[in-house]
Amino acid sequence: MAYTLIGKNFTPPDVVAKVTGKAKYAEDFRADGMAFCKLLLSPIPHGRIKSIDTTAAQAMQGVYGILTADDLPPIPAPQQPILNNEPTYVGEPILAVAAASEAIAADALEKIKIEFEELPFTVDPLQSLYPGGPDAHATGNLVTTASGEGMGGGVPQLKSHKWTAQDFAAAGDDKLPAGAPVNEWAFGDFEAGLKEAALVLDESFITAANPHHSMEPRSSFAYWQNGKCFIHGSTQSQSFIMPGLAQLVGVPPDQLVYISEFCGGGFGSKGSAYPVMTVPAHMAKKINRPCLLRITRAEEYFLGSARSGFQGRIKLGFGKNGKLIAADLYIVQQNGANTGFFDYGAAGDAVSLMYTPASMRFRSISICTNTPPCGPQRGPGQNQIHAVMEPLLDKAARQLGIDRLKIREINAPGNDAKVSGRQKVSVSYAREVLALGAQKFGWEEKARRSGERKGSKVIGVGVGQGYHSASGAGFDGLLHIDTDGKLHIHTGVGNLGTYSYASTSRVAAEVLGCDWEECIIERGDSRRNLPWNLGQFGSNTSGTMTRTNYAAAMDAKLKLQEIAAQDLGGAPEDYEVGGQKVYLKTDASKHLTFAQAAQRAIELGGKYDGHETPQDIFFLTQAAVAGVAGKGLVGVAKDNLKMENHIAAMATSFILIELDTETGKYDILEYVGATDCGTVVHPMSLATQLRGGAVMGFGMAGKERPVYDPQNGLPANVALHQCKPPSYLDVPPVMEVAALDKPDPDNPMGIKGAGEPPMGAAASALLCAISDALGGHYFNRTPVVTDMIINAAAGQAQSHKPLQVNTQ
Amino acid sequence: MSGKKPTKDIVLNSGSDAAGTDIATEILAGINRFGASRRDFIKGIIATGASVSAGFMLYGCSQESPQGQQAANAPATPAPGGVERLVSINVNGEVRRVDVLPNETLAMTLRYKLGLTGTKLGCDRGECGACTVLIDDVAVYSCTTLTHTVRKRNVLTIEGLVGPDGALHPVQQAFVDELGPQCGFCTPGQVMSTVALLKVNPKPTREEARRALSGNLCRCGAYDNYLNSVMRASAGGQA
Repeated sequence: MAYTLIGKNFTPPDVVAKVTGKAKYAEDFRADGMAFCKLLLSPIPHGRIKSIDTTAAQAMQGVYGILTADDLPPIPAPQQPILNNEPTYVGEPILAVAAASEAIAADALEKIKIEFEELPFTVDPLQSLYPGGPDAHATGNLVTTASGEGMGGGVPQLKSHKWTAQDFAAAGDDKLPAGAPVNEWAFGDFEAGLKEAALVLDESFITAANPHHSMEPRSSFAYWQNGKCFIHGSTQSQSFIMPGLAQLVGVPPDQLVYISEFCGGGFGSKGSAYPVMTVPAHMAKKINRPCLLRITRAEEYFLGSARSGFQGRIKLGFGKNGKLIAADLYIVQQNGANTGFFDYGAAGDAVSLMYTPASMRFRSISICTNTPPCGPQRGPGQNQIHAVMEPLLDKAARQLGIDRLKIREINAPGNDAKVSGRQKVSVSYAREVLALGAQKFGWEEKARRSGERKGSKVIGVGVGQGYHSASGAGFDGLLHIDTDGKLHIHTGVGNLGTYSYASTSRVAAEVLGCDWEECIIERGDSRRNLPWNLGQFGSNTSGTMTRTNYAAAMDAKLKLQEIAAQDLGGAPEDYEVGGQKVYLKTDASKHLTFAQAAQRAIELGGKYDGHETPQDIFFLTQAAVAGVAGKGLVGVAKDNLKMENHIAAMATSFILIELDTETGKYDILEYVGATDCGTVVHPMSLATQLRGGAVMGFGMAGKERPVYDPQNGLPANVALHQCKPPSYLDVPPVMEVAALDKPDPDNPMGIKGAGEPPMGAAASALLCAISDALGGHYFNRTPVVTDMIINAAAGQAQSHKPLQVNTQ
Repeated sequence: MSGKKPTKDIVLNSGSDAAGTDIATEILAGINRFGASRRDFIKGIIATGASVSAGFMLYGCSQESPQGQQAANAPATPAPGGVERLVSINVNGEVRRVDVLPNETLAMTLRYKLGLTGTKLGCDRGECGACTVLIDDVAVYSCTTLTHTVRKRNVLTIEGLVGPDGALHPVQQAFVDELGPQCGFCTPGQVMSTVALLKVNPKPTREEARRALSGNLCRCGAYDNYLNSVMRASAGGQA
């Protein structure tokens, strides 16, 4: 279908502010009389505070106040507290000092005396699972709820969970023990499948729990005015965080003003309200001054979340033709200190969908560790497991004598594929995406270069795949046409840097045939009457928010048609909209301009100008509609559009590297990424997502890994140069990307998300290329770092055991 | 440091360990060229008489000074060998008088004294490049540059690029046209490094641009788009 705006490039309205320095992030706001907060972080991995002596600090000139956990409503473990009297990792905030300057606040922190009772701790889930092993919390190591384990329903609670010594003994040192899981599902007869398979791989694996390290540390600024709390924060979401943030501050949502016009990166870590962002709000209330909490880079490491790590084991049974007959996956998730995220579940789903085993069993358990809280990071679960699965597909292909692209085509999902054997996908273009990438890359020719040698340098070629669910539903859309004829699109989606706040808004303009220059996006400040929207995460924004904006625009269109019919005669369906007018289809001279129609809507009142609202919209949307009521013609609707299937976005990556077997260094010489994200909305921002995701994937595959000292629970790599996010010199100078651009049937315009699969695809393709350069040495570990490559190239044993975490 | 010729600072590359040899060579070359390093920066602080504690990167002198705060931070009058607190610096073509602590970094002065918040603090320790500004046309990390070292020198920040008529600098325009930024937090630094590069090398190759910008990290991974922006700017706005 031909669109006017969808699929076309445009300049998002916030770009100029980003290149001129006018874009204001949370730390860029000031107020007269403001105080500066500093956090006191736990020096120990687990302990209970016996006493805090703040006398000397309080007496200092310029110290305004001290905030401790005792000043705040209790947040029971394992939920992440704002401040904690029982810290569960090194770097957890214990208290905050507010002072006239940061220097005074830092000096005051030095004068505070804390007496700890040290408690047992662990930085390795398997150690915690061992009989008698330490629990990360005094009350346990396993997150449970009344309705089951982990996320989803109910208040999370803790209990202690151990495997038996026999479980460990039976597995030996090199295999993951199969103790009692917490989650388990299966479809088909996987045991029979493994028996009849021509090839069975039984592999234990590790994926690292690397930090997000968003470029903007999560600073926040807050003050109170007339009983309302104003917060400037850094979040991927605007409306979505309101209920949670209000709860953390302790006010009803209508007493909270939240401003987040720009967010300096989040990658999943700023999707929901997070506790530390409320420290300035609580402090400001206590000392009656505006407060800024400037988060340092080291604090961002501790508070900025990390991906969950996996210790796992997978058995894969292949037929002679390369078809995956059976899969048996067990994941032990490193959950960090708090509730964590359900990466493990997403990983199981990804295996079932993307590799279509005829039968499968999935088991998992998520164990708390005394390390910074883990949360969703770009492709949480999917990207870890793709980094495990794709090299294993290569291993099977080698052993079965099948081309590596071919084995992926054989196992790729078709339109009948199901997630975990349950929910069907709306459509799957996995084979088409593989073909598109292979064609752009020139797979056949490039694959022949595999193993090509020049001195100590070897060519390696790899292909990888990624997947993520790519649309939600059920949020509210809101727009209004003002009496000056401008279309105001209200979006509460957030501004993470994907520009989807703008590209999804263009759907409303497309439906109403409105020139983009006549549109104003209302966003970034809860006072701008923002509806209940999904945040920017989960590769879900484009799919979900195009649905809501479509729904609101269709509501506005109908109202325009009704008003025109009332005023100019005929039936509503006799009228069409376009060019900022509603006009008679048979005689366009009979029309109302948007400005006239907005004026008429105000005169008519009721549903037309927002004085009557649909019953099914969320309370935040009700409040937003009340804010625009009477200003013009209001379009508002909950997205009740049909969505019966699982929406899947898929990506493939193709990589050619040159690896030096003497130094372990490799250069990515060629990169091609391809994706299916439904209809392309904004080609340029899609390209940035495809490339940026790949860059993050390179870091995940080859560089980023945390190290904790098991003796003291201390982190060894906090800073950026230690965590090694990729720089310009770690990525190829040119990165080619392409999209299928085929509509998804479950979205009115065929649109779905894109951001996460490219990372898993690129990470796994790079791992496959490294293994290929090494002649088929498979590491079963991410990241594969330089010394591992040197060891493999030299035929030496690795310096770590297969399931060891915190390795160099 | 007073009375001494101001030392120049260099941008330390925070690049790949895998490409370590190349970067180390570049850093060494840079140190030889400008005669200063992070170590000099630390020594500079010691020379000013301030304590080298965790506080040395903190914002330490708000406009609102409660009684006694000066004593908590630094001597009000320069001690022997100390420095004047009220200094003049030329920022974006304007001479600004500003009250500066001996241990205050340029990033802090710009952001908290002069209201120039376009310069970002991503790490505050010379790793990420978000705070990159130009000093006498050379790109430096303002988070590891003492404000006292830039007296009588020309500081250019992201806010100083826009023309008097509000027109974007060609580099800024190229970054817009190529949709360079994603989240935008590292963008001011990327733009400033590009401006510095094009001053000494108006027609860089993509490889040269990549190396020149390698001291600017981008977690969104927008490197390819940034390089496209650099190449467009160097080609007079043509893609």
